[in-house]
Amino acid sequence: MTLFYILLVFMVIAAIIAVETKDLLSAVICVGAIGFGGSLMFLFLRAPDIAMTQIVVEVLGLIILIRATISRDLTFITGDREFVGTVASVVILFLIFMAGMRIFDALPEFGVPVFARVPETASQAYIARGLEDTGATNIVTSIYLDYRAYDTLGEATVLFTAVIGATVILRSQSRKRLEDPEL
Amino acid sequence: MSGMTVIVKTVSSWVKVLIFLFGIYIILFGHLTPGGGFAGGVILASSYVLLMLAFGRRFVEENLPSSIASKLDCLGAFLFALLAILGLVLGGTFFANFLYQRYLPGEPFELVSGGTIPLANIAIGLKVGASLFLVIFALASFRYDGPTSEQKPAAQGTGQKE
Amino acid sequence: MAYALCFLLFMIGLYCAVVKKNMVKIVLGIMIMEYAVNLFLIMLGYVNGGVAPIIDRAAYDVQTHAIAPQFLKTSVDPLPQALVLTSIVISLGSLALMISICIRTYAKYGTFDITEIRRLRG
Repeated sequence: MTLFYILLVFMVIAAIIAVETKDLLSAVICVGAIGFGGSLMFLFLRAPDIAMTQIVVEVLGLIILIRATISRDLTFITGDREFVGTVASVVILFLIFMAGMRIFDALPEFGVPVFARVPETASQAYIARGLEDTGATNIVTSIYLDYRAYDTLGEATVLFTAVIGATVILRSQSRKRLEDPEL
Repeated sequence: MSGMTVIVKTVSSWVKVLIFLFGIYIILFGHLTPGGGFAGGVILASSYVLLMLAFGRRFVEENLPSSIASKLDCLGAFLFALLAILGLVLGGTFFANFLYQRYLPGEPFELVSGGTIPLANIAIGLKVGASLFLVIFALASFRYDGPTSEQKPAAQGTGQKE
Repeated sequence: MAYALCFLLFMIGLYCAVVKKNMVKIVLGIMIMEYAVNLFLIMLGYVNGGVAPIIDRAAYDVQTHAIAPQFLKTSVDPLPQALVLTSIVISLGSLALMISICIRTYAKYGTFDITEIRRLRG
């Protein structure tokens, strides 16, 4: 349990450094450290699928972010911030944080989830009958590819659309030059 | 993106095959060990990203042009939809695991088990890998030509004020 | 208490996305929020002293095709893990889209600062 707290405090400190530093490259590396800490947390929370996916996705995300920031001249942020807007935003966020802490009292305690106390939930049925219904010994795979394959179809569509959008935005020749036969 | 030194080029030309093989292993054994189609697809894309960083963009463009990568991407999505429709035709409901229920049950803990689950993993891995390769290829081949001409004097003014 | 630290991480990301003026900092704030939400969903399913939801040969009896009740009692919740898996890959796709918008805006206006861009258009 103390290991979870150590990793969470490490992630919070890295997030504070990422938000407050003036150098963009340092902020990007701190977000990479948050992702790495998150992957370790997933490993100790007994989710090896998620830990593997998180670490490789975070490495590719770092490469994309560094590509955006390293060849640009303006990597130092200067300029004064508006005072009233910042103070108002901080006050409102603090109120939201206090309201959220009240809601956490209604959640079950950490380590005793809902599905372990109520016997008729879907998770119990997936664990008990996953192997004989689908034949796969990895229960998480049998959930997202057999019991709930619609969500995977939706995810494939969202990824397809995001990649089409990114490829079209980054096209370096405008349409006029492509269609004009004189150029 | 331009390439790197000779040491990086030599080592990455040995390592890229291992990364690609590891990605294929993670996809194929997704229903027995942790992993699955998503993590394996991202690992496949990252082997090509290693090539792009070490050798430059033009080397990768000759090996895997972006037109072939986009066709692979569409092929992966089409295979996934085809498995779903075959489940409707042969199994009765959309996305039914028709191979496990009718034709090929297999034994647990073997590679041939789980019906259509390994095939769906392969389709997802192909799609995710090709998509991420296309995105990073597009990011690498975007040339920054400077601010557009009608905004240029104002942009330079703010640049000096910063 | 562990939930509170995760919610604090989400609040830090929200502060960065709302208050900062640099476009890349806003994107970093959105990424921190996505990490915090995925972490919170997995933390909801943790069982004290639990095992990963993967059946190995020790928990499975080949003769009777039955799963050991020890595994049924101590495995963690597999349902949030299946949902977070797709969410992590979608966050990578949306990061690529946001960064491509930032690069395009920098190529057109020459700056990442959103107040300068608002001033240049006016």
